[in-house]
Amino acid sequence: MTPPVRRRTVHSGGLPLAVFEQGDPAAPTVLLVHGYPDTHAVWDDIAADLARDHHVVRYDVRGAGESGVPADRAGYRLEQLAEDLFAVADAVSPDRPVHLLAHDWGSIQSWEAVTAPGAEHRIASYTTVSGPSLDHMGHWLRHRLRRPTPRHLRQLLHQGAHSWYITAFHLPFLAPAVWRLGLARAWPRVLRDLEHVTPRADHPQRSLRRDAVRGIELYRANFRPTLGSPRERPTEVPVQLITLTRDRYVGTYLSEGLERWVPNLTRRTLHAGHWSALLEKGATVAGMVREFTARIDKGGAQPAEGEGRLVVVTGGGSGIGRATALAFAEDGARVVVCDLDLAAAERTAELASLIGPQAHAYRVDVSDGAAMDAFAQTVAAEHGVPDVMVNNAGIGHSGTFLQTTEKEWQRVLDVNLWGVIHGCRAFGTLMADSGQGGHIVNVSSAAAYLPSKALTAYATSKAAVFMLSDCLRAEFVGHGIGVSTICPGIVNTNITRTSTFSATTAVEQSAKQARAAKLYARRGFPPEKVATAILTAVRTGKPVVPVTPEAKAARLLSRLSPGLLRLAARLNVT
Amino acid sequence: MPPLAKATHATPASPASSAFPAFPYTEHDLARFRATQQLAYDCAEQVAAWIEPGVTERQATAELRRRLVAAGVQDFFHVPFAWFGDRTAFRHFHTPLQFFAGNRRLEEGMPYVLDCAPIVDGYTADIGYGGKVGENRVWDRLAADLKVYRELILTEVRARRPLNEVYAAVDAQIAAHGYDNRHQVYPGRVIGHQVTRTTVRGPAGVNVFGFGVRTLQTLGRELISERLHGRSPLWADGRSSRHAPTPGLWAVEPHIGFRGVGIKFEELLVVTEDDAYWLDDDLPHVRRWTTGSATAPATASTAAEPTDTLEATR
Repeated sequence: MTPPVRRRTVHSGGLPLAVFEQGDPAAPTVLLVHGYPDTHAVWDDIAADLARDHHVVRYDVRGAGESGVPADRAGYRLEQLAEDLFAVADAVSPDRPVHLLAHDWGSIQSWEAVTAPGAEHRIASYTTVSGPSLDHMGHWLRHRLRRPTPRHLRQLLHQGAHSWYITAFHLPFLAPAVWRLGLARAWPRVLRDLEHVTPRADHPQRSLRRDAVRGIELYRANFRPTLGSPRERPTEVPVQLITLTRDRYVGTYLSEGLERWVPNLTRRTLHAGHWSALLEKGATVAGMVREFTARIDKGGAQPAEGEGRLVVVTGGGSGIGRATALAFAEDGARVVVCDLDLAAAERTAELASLIGPQAHAYRVDVSDGAAMDAFAQTVAAEHGVPDVMVNNAGIGHSGTFLQTTEKEWQRVLDVNLWGVIHGCRAFGTLMADSGQGGHIVNVSSAAAYLPSKALTAYATSKAAVFMLSDCLRAEFVGHGIGVSTICPGIVNTNITRTSTFSATTAVEQSAKQARAAKLYARRGFPPEKVATAILTAVRTGKPVVPVTPEAKAARLLSRLSPGLLRLAARLNVT
Repeated sequence: MPPLAKATHATPASPASSAFPAFPYTEHDLARFRATQQLAYDCAEQVAAWIEPGVTERQATAELRRRLVAAGVQDFFHVPFAWFGDRTAFRHFHTPLQFFAGNRRLEEGMPYVLDCAPIVDGYTADIGYGGKVGENRVWDRLAADLKVYRELILTEVRARRPLNEVYAAVDAQIAAHGYDNRHQVYPGRVIGHQVTRTTVRGPAGVNVFGFGVRTLQTLGRELISERLHGRSPLWADGRSSRHAPTPGLWAVEPHIGFRGVGIKFEELLVVTEDDAYWLDDDLPHVRRWTTGSATAPATASTAAEPTDTLEATR
């Protein structure tokens, strides 16, 4: 049941503003500012969610919805819009500073308020979605025009291509005519087809045509003057920037270097489009705002980069898993490791806690689907939805096809393939449901593309992981979840100590293990370098990462001359 | 009698048949070795108490040398070393020259390692002292875990396991702990080396590549004579260490690292024909475990003791 919405009118700059309140007035106030061509109604989902524990205030900005309409273009200037914002804040929360959440043009005008001198006394925090400060953007443009590196030029071109409508809005007659002659009627379809917003009865608002035409003045009144001569506008207000990965209008790199103006900046990423963020992923945005306001109200410090990121590593008790967990911890991530060997996993968690935030260890058998599901639920309940999932647990096995027994096949496939399947399913579901995207790292092997008669079962399992990752990547891209396949090569870990060999006695097996261990030790490639490669893969979203030089060379050969590798597969290498 | 004389008289034999030399030291010799080791650790503790942020590695080694010489040290098995910060874990070490003290300045929170090998009347000690200035949680963890290695090495040597297998057992423990083996960075990857009473003549105090000329003479003769018996005075993980512990004194120096922090201890292990024990249990790192405090370098009052001990044994 939605709580009642109370309406009041606040006068600012000679105009009446329609203000809508809901939730407990004694709770912390969140002020929501809508964009163009919306009204307060665009916040319906988020307002209802936040009203559970906040005093939620929305208003129609001047010229839109039920608020008054300025007489001329000067009435749409940013200074005036910021004054409106402060007037509403003063009316609804005279004693306490308010938290601010704004979208699109609401965000642009809120930046004007947030960067006003002394704003930190009236605004407790600011969460911005898809709307940069025009002053900051002016400096951003200048910086890139002055230093036209290829990267900067690419950014300029990209943003230019996505800002065509701003130019169009400056042309006389054209834009209003387009809105009047059909765009307003077509708007629900535009939102559905381009923005993936499910049509609903109360959105867009009935006054859309009128609001859209008047709102054009926002662009005409502000863009040229502000971008042409940007002011220095820093702020002390804590800002949470929610970057939308599928935003058609605001490029993700527009916020590059924002720390120059906002020392207290928290960056979040949401896998959503410009409007679907509010209309489809409202609960997620509300959750981000709730976390942020709670931290600010508690006086929490600004988290370091990478902090808050939750990383799950399977097989984290040793080798590449442990090194990866430690590397993520050092980067500031909260790490959850699981392993069959609980003591080893706990040791990893202890080391991770020494160099990063508190880490946690669990005993999980990755080959047990039900156990993995339960593990995912536990992690979600106790630590949250992971941002990164590293399916690392694996075992080595050597033996030709005729030597390898059914039981050995089963063991290798259970751990190496089913372990990854269970991990991707259990945690991929969590990530997809949360809507915040994420990254899955599957540790495959150079054996995935390097056939060998002596590694039949192992190479088969790893090749399956390789293909699984390729298919998964195509599916998960729609959820904003990246998938990386890591092919380490010969890395000095204890996989050789736990590897099994077909058709050998116990004594022969331990001798072979020792020999393999010696070879791997002599190769001396440390698991820490694989961990570094994994962190890079997560940061850059690289799909396939061979790590050691031999893994890279084999990958190249497998594409240049697969026949040669097929011949080499006949060599006896155990 | 020092083992050198025996070695020169021994006839070359196949490794398998070669008998181990008898334990060559008397109680008096052991007391002198113990006194030298105490003296070395005491000087290290004095320097640890003196050391503070801003001091360079060179200044620390000079101070260590000055105090050792003042305490009666005549020669050095090797020149004193000091490593600060991530140099304690030998990060980015590519040439042996990087072992020598440099201009790295100590900063708050940094770990450090002092390593010196004084010789008094031919009795050699070789010690390693790990410390930190200010807070360092990683160092605390490493310092506490070092205990495991001291116990492990003793157990394994008592079982008379071949030295390369003891080395492998230490490696396995390091992997289980999640640390790095840093003694493998030492020349020859050694975790330890034999220590004898130097009797050779030659200019004291002169060193070549950081090792005293007398050391090099002794070590050279040892290397050759032990090689003839299929043994090595150096303890590493290779084929040459595939023999049971040779009776005598071994300076054992497990050196572990995690991220930018390294720590070691180095002390003399007494290996007799059928047993083994640490020459002295009254050492700073052992006291740290028994008292439970992982900090607090020694105060000046304890530093006065070793000189007394030394006088007493003279």
